[in-house]
Amino acid sequence: MATVGERVSGLDSLRGTTPAKPHDARAIAALAANPGCARRALMDGAGVDKDAAARHLGFPAPFGQSPFAITRGNAFEALVKADGCAELLRLLRDVLRLPIDEVAYQDVQNVGAHLRHAHTRTLFDRAARGEQGTLYDHPLLSLKIAGHTAFLEPDVVAFQHGGRFHIVEIKSFAVIDGQADPASVSAAARQAAVYVLALRTLLEELGHDPLLVAHDVVLVCPENFANRPMATLVDVRRQLAVLKRQLARMTSIDRLLAELPEGVSFDLLPGEDGAPTRSAEALAEAIQQVSARYAPDCLSTCDLCFFCRDEARRDGASDQLGRQVRDELGGVATVEEALALADGLREPAPGQEEIARLLRDAERLRRECLA
Amino acid sequence: MSILTSLARLRAIKEGVAQPIATVRHCHLGRRPMVFVPLRLSGEAAAPLAVMLGTDRDAPELLVVAQPRNRDLRFAFTAELARVLLPYVESFLGQSETVEKKNADPYQRALDAPQLLLPNPSGVAFTRLLGRSTRFRRPDGPYPVPAEVPLLGRWLTYFAERAAHPGSSLTLAATEELGRHWASGQSGLEDANLAALLGWISPPPGRTGPQAAQEAEDPLIWPPAGPATDPGFDAEVLAPAIESGTVERVTEALRTQLAPTWRLMWQAVDLLRALPEGASVATRWESDRGSFSMMAEQVAEGAPPQARRDGAVAAASRLSRMERAQAAFEVQRAYDDPLVMAEYRLTGEAFAGEVIETDPEHTEGEGRSRKLRPVVLVKTDDPVRLSPGATLGTPDRRGQAAQLVDVSDGLVTLKITKGMGRGRTPAPGSVPEPGERVCYTSLTDDFQGSAALPDRDATPWTHGGPPQEYVPNDEDAQEEWA
Repeated sequence: MATVGERVSGLDSLRGTTPAKPHDARAIAALAANPGCARRALMDGAGVDKDAAARHLGFPAPFGQSPFAITRGNAFEALVKADGCAELLRLLRDVLRLPIDEVAYQDVQNVGAHLRHAHTRTLFDRAARGEQGTLYDHPLLSLKIAGHTAFLEPDVVAFQHGGRFHIVEIKSFAVIDGQADPASVSAAARQAAVYVLALRTLLEELGHDPLLVAHDVVLVCPENFANRPMATLVDVRRQLAVLKRQLARMTSIDRLLAELPEGVSFDLLPGEDGAPTRSAEALAEAIQQVSARYAPDCLSTCDLCFFCRDEARRDGASDQLGRQVRDELGGVATVEEALALADGLREPAPGQEEIARLLRDAERLRRECLA
Repeated sequence: MSILTSLARLRAIKEGVAQPIATVRHCHLGRRPMVFVPLRLSGEAAAPLAVMLGTDRDAPELLVVAQPRNRDLRFAFTAELARVLLPYVESFLGQSETVEKKNADPYQRALDAPQLLLPNPSGVAFTRLLGRSTRFRRPDGPYPVPAEVPLLGRWLTYFAERAAHPGSSLTLAATEELGRHWASGQSGLEDANLAALLGWISPPPGRTGPQAAQEAEDPLIWPPAGPATDPGFDAEVLAPAIESGTVERVTEALRTQLAPTWRLMWQAVDLLRALPEGASVATRWESDRGSFSMMAEQVAEGAPPQARRDGAVAAASRLSRMERAQAAFEVQRAYDDPLVMAEYRLTGEAFAGEVIETDPEHTEGEGRSRKLRPVVLVKTDDPVRLSPGATLGTPDRRGQAAQLVDVSDGLVTLKITKGMGRGRTPAPGSVPEPGERVCYTSLTDDFQGSAALPDRDATPWTHGGPPQEYVPNDEDAQEEWA
């Protein structure tokens, strides 16, 4: 087993001279989306800027945010946090049953960026020792991801006197008649789980009970079609479990690193202007040394998705059609192989007899019905 | 998805073009469908940006909110939309037929009904929200809106809810209907892109399906089919246009985003129309017409707008209705379409083959209980997984029932138990002849009565007791719009 130091240097050399891309909560949450993908695990572990890599490879990621959505998100957050989080406090009194006199508000940002993390630690240490209830705006937490420290900024952390810390997540998607878009809610829950884990880790390091951080996070969203915020408690225990399991698996990066041929690097070799100077072919070749596990779900979570999809298509992999089709084909990895079995042009390998029979029957029926 | 569809997808990759997975059309396509392509302002739940709609492919109407954050303009937009959509809906109310049923009061059913065609399921979801945000408004009080606005809201809500009803054709999402009839060589997730799916189904000359689909992913060539707009378009074209404050500029910008989808929608209509209609489609459309007439009657009688959420009894009965509709839809599709039936043949719930031998005058029992039970021997290559005694139906002779007697080595013996006449000999044509190809299945579209549910006023306390009657209030009508 490599030591942490060796692993970090191994990962760093994989990234080379390109500056590391810091993980944010969204990226960490996305790690849990496709745990079986070695390519993603290694590139994220090494802090490779996948978005830049994808662009350089000629497969830019299909993600973009509309300026209207950004404006709306910022305006809503500003509304909730205006006047020392007055609006938020009103909501928290309701949802957490905060007593009226708990009004303290601390903006951690006041101390300047370089001190924010240390300051956050001090403040939370004091709170856990029995400070009064407080809202902490702009706290800065940290979490170790594969030997690298990722800094994380939850929207607000609420501490209840004599009680618990609650992560507050402000999102601008609407809750209409008590219902919100399930995909948005689960993305918010995954992200909040990262903050819960980071805060629990911090308290543990300070010698406090990590369970002082509640597994219920406060989700603040606009209600119906207005801008008026409403708060809901969301239980993130499940997301937390997935995240912990995934982060524990990140240690298997040792094995992935060991399997890599000597000299493989994902370096973009940025020139003085920051533009990549490495040839796209060489980069593609290096990336293909690590196997990916492409699934169509990657199209909504991973910057490299179009590159991996193109690879899956060129390989004729049945993965490109989605997990359901792949499962249905039970172990037949390529389009060619499946069609050859269906056409009876290929003898089924041991263990493939059942799927081969099904495919042959399916082919016979299709021919009969379409004749 | 079944292995049959998976195989069709694999074949589509190999051939470079989508493969049929249905031999008939399973949805109704009206003579005058209303194509409806809405766009929403990014980041907002239900702020309409524009809609292109109409029944004439050469004359779409384009309605636009030139400043989407201005609520007065938004209401003006919904009033405009009502001006186009409501006359369309009402034009179907003129002609109706009287339906008389046993043990029920006769009622009026429209001879034809309106039909909304949207590009995709998210368009339907947006329509629902647009309906929700307008149906509680009122023409009087502090924030009055034109009288048509709440009425529009109720109809939009109705159409969006009907889209969730299995087998209903009042509201169709193009990607879903196309996906029910063709298998592309890409994943279901990617099929949600209307341009890409159509690229697979009918690639333009000189291109393969995958090439056309790839091109369709470029928002500069094929803008998204809504309701979300392309973020690049928002930043580079729409934001400056809105900023400039000129209505024409915003309108023309949005037209560039909607016109390509408009053409794709009519292409989808043509493709679906080219398929022959399935035998049960008319029956399902009949219940759509009935549902439409009922809704129109409720509106005419001044019933309150649809509740924000169903009460316990209403929710349970809606679920039960949808489950029965789903079951019936699946059976009807299999009976209408041999390619759908093939899925059941593959799993052993159906079989097809050639009649080898028959005994049309076979009887069972003695004396008065002597019954005609014609026996048929069928040779099949299908993997039959039915046990003796199973009740069977057949698409070839609907209404006939048979019972499985024995299966061995690809030979199936069955006896006909219903639908061969009451005489000593079977009615002509009711027993298949040797040499005829037949198909039998354990799937049957038996009538299922609706679940027995208590009256709404007798909702038990376990389900919150009787729900409160909805009384329109000022708060609903004045609900803030961001």
